[in-house]
Amino acid sequence: MKTITMTLVQEPELYLECYSVTPDQFAGKSLAEIADLPAHEGKIQWKLGDFFKFEGKAGETAADTKIVVNGNVRKMKRFGQKMSAGEVVINSDADMYIGGWMTGGKITVNGNADTFLGIAMEGGEILVEGDAQNYVGSSYRGDWRGMSGGLIRVKGNAGNDIGTAMTGGTIIIEGDAFIHVLTHAEGGTVIIKGDVEGRVGGQMVKGDAYVFGNLLYPLPGFKKVATVEKEVDGATYTFDQYIGDLGERKVKKKGEIIYGNLYLKK
Amino acid sequence: MTELLIKNGYVFDPISGIKGDKTDIAIKDGKIVDKVSSKAQIIDAAGKTVMAGGVDIHTHVSGPKVNTGRMMRPEDKFFRGSYRGGIVKQGKRMEMGYSIPSTWKTGYAYARMGFTFTNEAAMPPLLAPHVHEEFRDTPILDQSAMPVFGNNWFCFEYIKNKELENNAAYISWLLNATKGIGIKVVNPGGTEAWAWGENCTTINDPVPYFDITPAEIVKGLIEANEYLGLPHSVHIHGNNLGNPGNYKDTLDTLRLAESYKAKNKFGREQVLHNTHIQFHSYKGTSWGDFESGAKEIMDYVNSNKNITVDIGQVTLDETTTMTADGPFEYHLNQLNHIKWANVDVELETGSGIVPYIYDKNIKVCGIQWAIGLEVALFAKDLMRVHITTDHPNAGPFTKYPCVIKWLMSQKAREATLDTMKWKDKVIAASNIASMDKELGLYEIAQMTRAGPAKALGLSNIYGSLAKGADGNVAIYNLDANKLPSDPELIEAAFQNTAYTIKEGIIVVKDGEIVAEPPKYTLWTKVNGIPDNAQLMHDLKEKFDKNYTVNFENYAVFDEHVHNPRAIEVEVA
Repeated sequence: MKTITMTLVQEPELYLECYSVTPDQFAGKSLAEIADLPAHEGKIQWKLGDFFKFEGKAGETAADTKIVVNGNVRKMKRFGQKMSAGEVVINSDADMYIGGWMTGGKITVNGNADTFLGIAMEGGEILVEGDAQNYVGSSYRGDWRGMSGGLIRVKGNAGNDIGTAMTGGTIIIEGDAFIHVLTHAEGGTVIIKGDVEGRVGGQMVKGDAYVFGNLLYPLPGFKKVATVEKEVDGATYTFDQYIGDLGERKVKKKGEIIYGNLYLKK
Repeated sequence: MTELLIKNGYVFDPISGIKGDKTDIAIKDGKIVDKVSSKAQIIDAAGKTVMAGGVDIHTHVSGPKVNTGRMMRPEDKFFRGSYRGGIVKQGKRMEMGYSIPSTWKTGYAYARMGFTFTNEAAMPPLLAPHVHEEFRDTPILDQSAMPVFGNNWFCFEYIKNKELENNAAYISWLLNATKGIGIKVVNPGGTEAWAWGENCTTINDPVPYFDITPAEIVKGLIEANEYLGLPHSVHIHGNNLGNPGNYKDTLDTLRLAESYKAKNKFGREQVLHNTHIQFHSYKGTSWGDFESGAKEIMDYVNSNKNITVDIGQVTLDETTTMTADGPFEYHLNQLNHIKWANVDVELETGSGIVPYIYDKNIKVCGIQWAIGLEVALFAKDLMRVHITTDHPNAGPFTKYPCVIKWLMSQKAREATLDTMKWKDKVIAASNIASMDKELGLYEIAQMTRAGPAKALGLSNIYGSLAKGADGNVAIYNLDANKLPSDPELIEAAFQNTAYTIKEGIIVVKDGEIVAEPPKYTLWTKVNGIPDNAQLMHDLKEKFDKNYTVNFENYAVFDEHVHNPRAIEVEVA
């Protein structure tokens, strides 16, 4: 795998849309061609080269290309948006939409990520060493198609609305989360290893939510059905299993009603 | 005094019977004329196809329902907002949205396809100001709107009491109050029944409380329409839309027109326009044995000259359904569980909105696609069968060029069939695979201009290249003598004109907007209705007792109506 390193040399005045920073866009291009790729600051169109200097070499294909981002890119959005393969490593905090709509490859954020991390993601892997904000793995505002595949792991805390309208894939929050987890979900798994304020699985039709810590305000639409042992993220624990949301429409598969599951660690 | 001469093009103008001859078209001061002086600006259309500006008889592009769709679907704009059209002088306006485009995109995209007139398919009378405000903000296109009458309490009572003159007086009063063009009927009785949690799925289901049937409503409105001699006929979205087996209800609706004759001074021959007939041509008893009823429907339409239809072609896209048929939208939401908006408009109508994906990998969607095309391919008189997608219900209007491609090329139809997961089942439940008919440019001109203009009663102004009509012309990059063998090139030619000319002004050149001349709002002004004390009494009573607005605040203000152009009718 070839590595290309981009280092911040000029901070934008506003926030910069770095939708061009993906292995798919970089693959097969020379450093000069990469520096020519567009980036938007508000309505002004710039080039990536106006903000970054580039070293190294891009691979022939996306899968053969690794991008390392250095410098403080806290005010830059959309790294790895729609990427299909390869790798992006961000050695900084980053702003919104990191890995949105990605279908493959891997993104590592060695810092915090802002809102809309991995929204409507279809595949691949995102690892955030710090915290993430709201809408991790959710659908775009108004859309009914959230994350459908892949893995998001946040080692710190996350905010609200995790996995909204999720249909597949896995989200692991190793710290705490606030409210709205797996709202409207029709599949997928969300594992929260810390505490959750409440509203887990509202209007969930299908999917699995795991809460290891304290769930302060559970929803009334869930009913306890069993105590089970399950292997989660490489270790086995005992959970109380709840099904729901009982107030939502029911889906049948092979004659049996499917419910969403909420597992609370004992 | 501006003059324009379009030379050497292959002209297709069904209104004057020109079938692809090389004829020059002259425009002077915005109107088609016989000849112009030597100072006229000349457009060389050699090797190109020349038609009148397109006319859309049924499209939902303006008003409260469309705007609610825009608000409830931010995702319809996503990754689809980068194109800026319009002219530089006005700042190149953003063209946003796909199935529910912004007003700017609506005007520009229609103009780029060579259309210069659209008829808004459903205007809730109470909310008419919103429709007219969007007209003002939709560039280039001349527009009209049809107020909905099929669930209106005044009409129910007058029809039930057989008070034709009072009903006609009310209709002409409402056309004036809302600046509407004609009578739209959506799920007659059914939307009112929906306010009671019910529906009317046949023409004989009585409406709760009012105890009147859809059949009586439709006949009563046809009688009033012909009594007034309105330019357009009654425009119907019938009962039981979108359900398997509904072709029988559709035939029942069409038969209601049998005893009536068109009476008007506009050259209109039909008394009933059945819109988006694809949605009404379904056989079978469930989605499992769902199949095409296009043959049965078109056999009837072909032999009854007092009916026109538009096809409502499914384009296999992700779109947004929106209709005054409230119960239907509820039903649709129960099928797809996406999201749903529902509105009741006081004494008049209601509506619903649901996003919908016509997926080529779903059998039913494939059959729906086939039915729309079959309607057009079974038709014997294409002046009476018009191209629409019931925008945005069966697909966005920007897909008209694709619909034209399917109608003109069996190869294109086969290519689309080949992409369907349940191709064999779609073929088994429809006739499309066995139909080798391919329409020509003359038929396309009938279906997109001359036919709809005639059915609207506006063919002396629109959809025509005859002397005296507005100088609206579309010039396509298509050599009529050498049509491309690749159907995609037909679609591309209809997507972006070489020139679109609006009232003698070039508004599109090579697919780019180059001018935004003034536009008109068309409406029907009825003269000669005597003072009607009963109507004034009923209006006062209903506004005092039932409406949330005052009578004085109800009508559209004059300053709401952008460049009004009244079509006048006289009642003897």
